[in-house]
Amino acid sequence: MALLEVKDLKVHFPIRGGILNRKIDEIKAVDGVSFSIEQGKTYGLVGESGSGKTTTGRAIIGLNHVTSGNIRFSGVDLTNLKSNRRDIRKEIQMIFQDPYSSLNPKKSVFDIVAEPLRNFERLSKVEERKRVQELLEHVGLSPESIFKYPHQFSGGQRQRIGIARAIALKPKLIIADEPVSALDVSVQAQVLNFLKDIQKDLNLTYLFISHDLGIVKHMCDEIGIMYKGRYVEEGSRDDIFYNPQHIYTKRLIAAIPDIDPFKRQKLQEWRDEVEKEYKKHYDDYFDHEGLAYGLRSISNTHLVALPQKG
Amino acid sequence: MSNNLLEIKNLKTSFRIKDHYYAAVDDVSLSVNKNETMAIVGESGSGKSALAFSIMRLHNRAKIEGNIYFNGQDIVPLPIAKLNKLRGNDMAMIFQDPLTALNPLMTVGEQIGEALLLHNKELTKQERQDQVIHLLKQVGIPRPEYTCEQYPHQLSGGMRQRVMIAIAISNKPKLLIADEPTTALDVTIQAQILRLINDLKDKMDTGIILITHDLGVVAEMADRVAVMYAGQVVEVANVQTLFKKPLHPYTRSLLNSIPNTDQVNDKLHVIQGIVPSLQNLPREGCRFAARIPWVERTAHESDPKLREVAPDHFVRCTCYQHFYFPEERYKEVFGNGTFRS
Repeated sequence: MALLEVKDLKVHFPIRGGILNRKIDEIKAVDGVSFSIEQGKTYGLVGESGSGKTTTGRAIIGLNHVTSGNIRFSGVDLTNLKSNRRDIRKEIQMIFQDPYSSLNPKKSVFDIVAEPLRNFERLSKVEERKRVQELLEHVGLSPESIFKYPHQFSGGQRQRIGIARAIALKPKLIIADEPVSALDVSVQAQVLNFLKDIQKDLNLTYLFISHDLGIVKHMCDEIGIMYKGRYVEEGSRDDIFYNPQHIYTKRLIAAIPDIDPFKRQKLQEWRDEVEKEYKKHYDDYFDHEGLAYGLRSISNTHLVALPQKG
Repeated sequence: MSNNLLEIKNLKTSFRIKDHYYAAVDDVSLSVNKNETMAIVGESGSGKSALAFSIMRLHNRAKIEGNIYFNGQDIVPLPIAKLNKLRGNDMAMIFQDPLTALNPLMTVGEQIGEALLLHNKELTKQERQDQVIHLLKQVGIPRPEYTCEQYPHQLSGGMRQRVMIAIAISNKPKLLIADEPTTALDVTIQAQILRLINDLKDKMDTGIILITHDLGVVAEMADRVAVMYAGQVVEVANVQTLFKKPLHPYTRSLLNSIPNTDQVNDKLHVIQGIVPSLQNLPREGCRFAARIPWVERTAHESDPKLREVAPDHFVRCTCYQHFYFPEERYKEVFGNGTFRS
C-alpha cells in the first residue's frame, strides 16, 4: 500500500468583496489532484509558479485548508482527523525553500532543532541536548555549532539545520518545497547529495516540489506535472523525459537549457517545432477555460490529460 | 583593440568596511565586441555583479581603479553628469528582479517614456507614445496599448521583465548588461526572454554582458565566457571550448556539480569548503587553492596571472595542469563501482 494517497484534492481560496464581504468568487488553486507515493520513493511535483504545486504540499501537511478530497497517510485520512490522532502529523515534515527566512534569527540552533522535540516528546534536558547533538552530527554540523545563531552559517549549512529540524521526530514523509532553489550550484549539489544519503539511512519518502526539471530528473522516481491547479501528465522519470505526451510537458522539457553549446541550433529548432505544435493543437489539449482535461492512462505508469474521446 | 566596444583593463573595485578597503573585483581585464555575448559566470560572492555595477558605476561609495574604455573613451574618470549621457543611452542594464527595479507608482508607459525623454528632449508627446507602443511590441507584449496603462504589480513576472528590457533597449544601446535576467522566471518564460535578448543582439548589433550562475543559460546564449572566482577572472574562452575542454579547477568543478541529464542517480560533485567572504578573501597565491587541498601546493603559482594557454583561451594559475577529481583517482586505483559510499 502506498504511504501517501491523495485523492481528488481540491483547495479553493475564496475571493471576498462587496459591502458584506461575501464570497464573490473563488480561486481554484488545486483542482482535483490525485497521486500516490510508495514508501522510500521520491515523487516530483513540477509546475510553473502559480500552478498549485506548493499549495498541494502545504495542504498535505495541514498548512492550507482542504476544500474537498482525501489525503490518506499510512491509511489514515488527514482531512478529518480526530484530535487523538493528531500525532500522525509529526510523521510528515517539511523543508522550506529559503533557508534565510525559514529559521528564526533570534533562536539558537539548539532551540530551533529542539522545538519539534519539545512539542511532541517529553525529554529531560540532558536527553534533549543529546538528541539535538546527534541530529546535528547526522547533518554534518559540528556539535559546537549548537549555541550559534542562523546568521553565523552559510546557505548550505542553514538548509542542513532546516533538515535536522525536519528529521528530529523521525518522520516517514518529507515534503521538500524547492529545497535548493535559493542556493548556489556547488552548494546545491551538496544538499542534493545529502538528501539522497539520509533518504537511504532513514528510509524516507520525499515529495519533492520544484520547478527545476534538471534537479527533478536527478532526484525523482515518479513525476507529476501540474498546470493551473490540475495534472497534465504523470509518469515515471523515463515516461516524462523521454516520452512526454502532453503538449504542455513537451514545451516545458524543450525549454530546459542544455549545457552543451553544440546543441544550441538543434534545441532552438526543436523549440520552434514544439511551439508551433503548441499553438496549433492548443484546443485539443485544453478545454474552453484553458484547463487540462482529466487524466487517462496510456501505460501502467503513464497518465496523460487528454479529452475523453478524440 | 580598436574593434572592442568595451575594454576593461585591470579593474579593481573596493568597498570600505571599517576603515579598510577590500577589493570585490580584483584586477579584472575583459573585452566585449559588437554583436557578441560575453557571459560572466560564478557563484554568489564571486564579484560578477560588482563588476557589472562598476561598469555602470551604480555603487554608491566604492573605490574604482583601472580603466574601462567604452568606444575608446575611458569612462572611469568621467563625472556623473557626463556618465549620465551614456547610461541608459549607449549603455543599459537589465536587473534581476523586475518588481523592485520598476517604479510601482508609474504606469509602464510612463516609465518607458521617461527613458526616452531623458535622452531625447525633442520628441513630441505623440512620437513618444508611438515609440513606447513600438517598444512594447518589440519585446513581445501582446496588447501594448492596454499594457501601457498598467502598473507593474498588474503584470506577471515575465511581462515585467519584458517591460524592463523595453526600457533598457529604448535608446538602442550599444552595450547591454543583463544581470541574472531570467533567474526569477519559469523555464518557458526564460526561454522566451533569452530568445528575445538574442534577437535584439542580432538586430541592433548590441554587445551583451550576460551575468548568470546558470551554466545552461551560458551554453545557450554566450559567444565567450569568463569564469569568476573570489573577485578574479580564472578562465576565459569561447563557449564551445569552455564546455568541451574546461581547464581551471573551478570551472571543471562547477560543470561537474550540476545534475547532468544522463547520469541519473550518480553522486554530484561537491566543491569543498565555502566561497570566502569579502574580508576573508585570500589575497596571495591561488585563491582557489583552499578548495582543492588535495592538489599539491607546489602546483600553484605564488602570484597567479591570467595566461593564454591556447589561442583565445586564458587560464589563471598553473594548478590546472595538476588538477584531478579525487573520486576519479579513486576509481582508477580501486576499479569502478567501489566508490559509492
